Amino acid sequence: MTSEKIFTRNFHLKDPHTLGVYRQTGGYTAVTKAFAMEPSAITEEVKKSNLRGLGGAGFPTGTKWSFIPKGSAAPKYLVINADEGEPGTFKDRYLLERDPHAVIEGMLIAARAIDSHRGFIYIRGEYVQPWRVFSAAVREAYGAGLLGKNVLGSGFDFDIVVHRGAGAYICGEETGLLSSLEGKKGWPKIKPPFPAIKGAFGQPTIVNNVETMAAIPHIINRGAAWFAGLGTKSQGGTRLFSVSGHVVKPGVVEAPVSITLRSLIYDECGGIPNGRRLKAVVPGGSSAAVLTADQIDVSMDVESLAKAGTMAGSAGVIVMDDTVSIPDALMVVARFYAHESCGQCTPCRESTGWIYKMSHRIVSGKGRKEDLDTILDVAKRGAGTTICAFYDGAVGPYISYIEKFRDEFEALIPRDGHA
Amino acid sequence: MPRLTIDGKEVEVPPGTNLIEAARLVGVEIPHYCYHPGLSIAGQCRLCMVDIDKVPRPQISCNMAAADGMVVHTQTERVLETRKSIMEFHLVNHPLDCPVCDQAGECWLQIYYMKHGLYDPRMTDEKVHKPKAVPLGPHVILDAERCILCSRCVRFCDEVTSTGELGIFHRGDHSEIGLFPGATLENKYSGNVIDICPVGALTDRDFRFQVRVWYLDTTRSVCPGCARGCNIEIHTNRHRTHHNRGRRVARIKPRFNADVNRWWICDDGRYGFSAIDDDSRLTTPLAREGDRLAETTWDAVLAALAQTLQRYRPEEIGILPSPQMSNEELFVLGQLAAHLGTVNVDFRVPPATPGNDDGLLIRGDKNPNSQGAALGGLVPGAGGLDGAGIIAGAAAGRVKLLWVFHHDLYQSAWAETDVHKALTAATLIFQGTNTNRTSAGATLVLPSAAYAECDGTFTNFEGRVQRFRQALDPLGEALPGWEILTRLGRALGLPDQLYQAERAEQVFTRLAASRPSFGGMTYRGLGDAGRMVGA
Repeated sequence: MTSEKIFTRNFHLKDPHTLGVYRQTGGYTAVTKAFAMEPSAITEEVKKSNLRGLGGAGFPTGTKWSFIPKGSAAPKYLVINADEGEPGTFKDRYLLERDPHAVIEGMLIAARAIDSHRGFIYIRGEYVQPWRVFSAAVREAYGAGLLGKNVLGSGFDFDIVVHRGAGAYICGEETGLLSSLEGKKGWPKIKPPFPAIKGAFGQPTIVNNVETMAAIPHIINRGAAWFAGLGTKSQGGTRLFSVSGHVVKPGVVEAPVSITLRSLIYDECGGIPNGRRLKAVVPGGSSAAVLTADQIDVSMDVESLAKAGTMAGSAGVIVMDDTVSIPDALMVVARFYAHESCGQCTPCRESTGWIYKMSHRIVSGKGRKEDLDTILDVAKRGAGTTICAFYDGAVGPYISYIEKFRDEFEALIPRDGHA
Repeated sequence: MPRLTIDGKEVEVPPGTNLIEAARLVGVEIPHYCYHPGLSIAGQCRLCMVDIDKVPRPQISCNMAAADGMVVHTQTERVLETRKSIMEFHLVNHPLDCPVCDQAGECWLQIYYMKHGLYDPRMTDEKVHKPKAVPLGPHVILDAERCILCSRCVRFCDEVTSTGELGIFHRGDHSEIGLFPGATLENKYSGNVIDICPVGALTDRDFRFQVRVWYLDTTRSVCPGCARGCNIEIHTNRHRTHHNRGRRVARIKPRFNADVNRWWICDDGRYGFSAIDDDSRLTTPLAREGDRLAETTWDAVLAALAQTLQRYRPEEIGILPSPQMSNEELFVLGQLAAHLGTVNVDFRVPPATPGNDDGLLIRGDKNPNSQGAALGGLVPGAGGLDGAGIIAGAAAGRVKLLWVFHHDLYQSAWAETDVHKALTAATLIFQGTNTNRTSAGATLVLPSAAYAECDGTFTNFEGRVQRFRQALDPLGEALPGWEILTRLGRALGLPDQLYQAERAEQVFTRLAASRPSFGGMTYRGLGDAGRMVGA
């Protein structure tokens, strides 16, 4: 399938991370255009493009920007989420390493739209190389007058602070990230107030994903209608899919959001290797509910996947062939969520560990008949009761793995397991 | 002001009131752990969820401000099921060691499990193990397994004392409360974390293992530790003293007063009750026989005191009342001093080391009733000697009778040699609760009841008159101070009805009638929160 490449258009070039290459391919022309626009017009353009946040929640980006209080004298912060912790997701890393100036240019435009003069980028602690490359790009941009005082002679000031995380998944949750950025334990904050009203350091703040930022210059340069036209009615553009697991060609694939999961796996990634059969696919990072092999004719946009009972999430596509034990997979996922729960809210803190213990017992052959229903009931009772979406993310796999592959779990439970 | 409906009851509340507080106003209790009205909102325990019309999912009521037209339901099936679920989560890793836990009987896990839980436990796996019996400081000990991580203690140390000793460490179900490296929980208010801990995680090192809470009686009182007059509860163990090292007072707890101490008290006040059951208590009247003080009867000691007082001219008598005394006791003493005609009266004995106000609760003046003594006029009359003058006069032989209440003058800022000279030269009468170096040199000793053993009022530094109530019988033959003095009035043959008073309240009624700034005050009218002088 051939389609327009936006995010990956320069990936094949030599040194695409440098300012020189970025400029040769039309970089930093959008920011000049944006600086000539009214801030509200930028936001309007982004709204019309149907760009939805590409970090995981899929919230319409322009709408989010419009939540910043108008005419407020408070400093406003733009925070870029480069924590990329969702298992099965590795696309922001590619952008930071191969197209950092697109992210910086996107930040400049977004900052102009929300009247922010200070941006932060929170980079996952393990991402050493992306941090090095991105930091070098920031230095280059400062050197070229693209950051700092009076950007490109526009009179607009904008600084970027590069901040490294320390290895907690929860710090990718937008308010957990803000707490961490403020120097506190990375605990998500209760809402209200929402970050647009009271975010980083108590000031109005917009948190956007790396890929979302990288889309902005293209929308400004080529117009909202063009971007919207690449996708579906409710979501514009292409996006980066991180495809991993049992496919012939795993990796980052750019495709329109309207691509089907089947096409992604078989056309873009060469199908299932070694003659094996497809068993299950997680379409949007580990927090998304699993799909069975007969559910892959779904379009990968936010709304279609929601209708299919799962979510687009971070577009981390994890493909499992028929060698995979789903109970094992659930145990691994449950261990992850038990390990990464921040421990703030009681339902999440207590039940992620509990569910891990039950799932571990099941794969160890010591399961009890009641365990499966207990996991399902605990997951359903805890869902929607916490400060952030972490637990709802954990519930995705807990419920879908068991409901869709119950036979496999039951086969592991000894016949004399307690009734 | 927003007007909303909670469980069918309409209520109007000040803007910004959250739903927990709004519900309280209509008598609806929304269960919660992490919310505390004196701390910031954490929203962590997730127990206080309620349904709100037009909102799809239950919301936490601690972080939801009441809004006009809001319709709130706290008893929908969904809310009740959610509470049950949250209770199960709170207890999944809890050790359920109630039989050996000091919190049992006043534990909000027990209370809410019985009210909102009552599920059949499903947790059959090994629970998470965490540190137990960890001393956090001189007063507080932690059992991390019992902790529900509500973070009240952390927020208290961050927001109220600004000392920040505590944090929550680790993640997920291994999260635990702990001290930051190098820190010890020894701020002046550390005991409050025990009160606000809703479970048995933080317990009192002084109180634990001493007595079960259901054996305790509760009496409303006022802390006598400084001029603030923090409202307290005295928890006494009168019937099972073998459970409590023989102490009748088991513990002191703060009692809410919005205008005085809110929810808190300092550690000095909390642990300052040992004098009540101390071996140093004076329990019988004493009279000097040569080198020693011999036990005597009230009739004998009061007759001796009446004779002694009548033996001296007014200018030969010096009275040093104490700002530890109640308004009632001071009032009767003032009447007696007027009868005797002595103007050498001064309650102000400067302490050896002056205290400091800490800007939170603690006052530099370590007396509960300096304001009451000042308003009561227990100061030198026209031409009278002040405290230092009385001591100098006694040393010089001009003041021949010293009548001292509570003070250990040797512990004052006055020079020890001057004090010693005065006390040995003059005839010394001592009235107080505990022995001290001053009482040891007295001719007559009159044992008075401790504040926990009688009724009365103190006037705090702001002029708030507050009641304290009798929690215990006076130890031995000790009597309430006001009663010693009314009996003395009778021994002096004074006809005034004041000296026939049988209850402190009758004395207070006289006091209020005789002093315009106390006009209209009654014990009943003082209530639990007290009343300002002149208000």
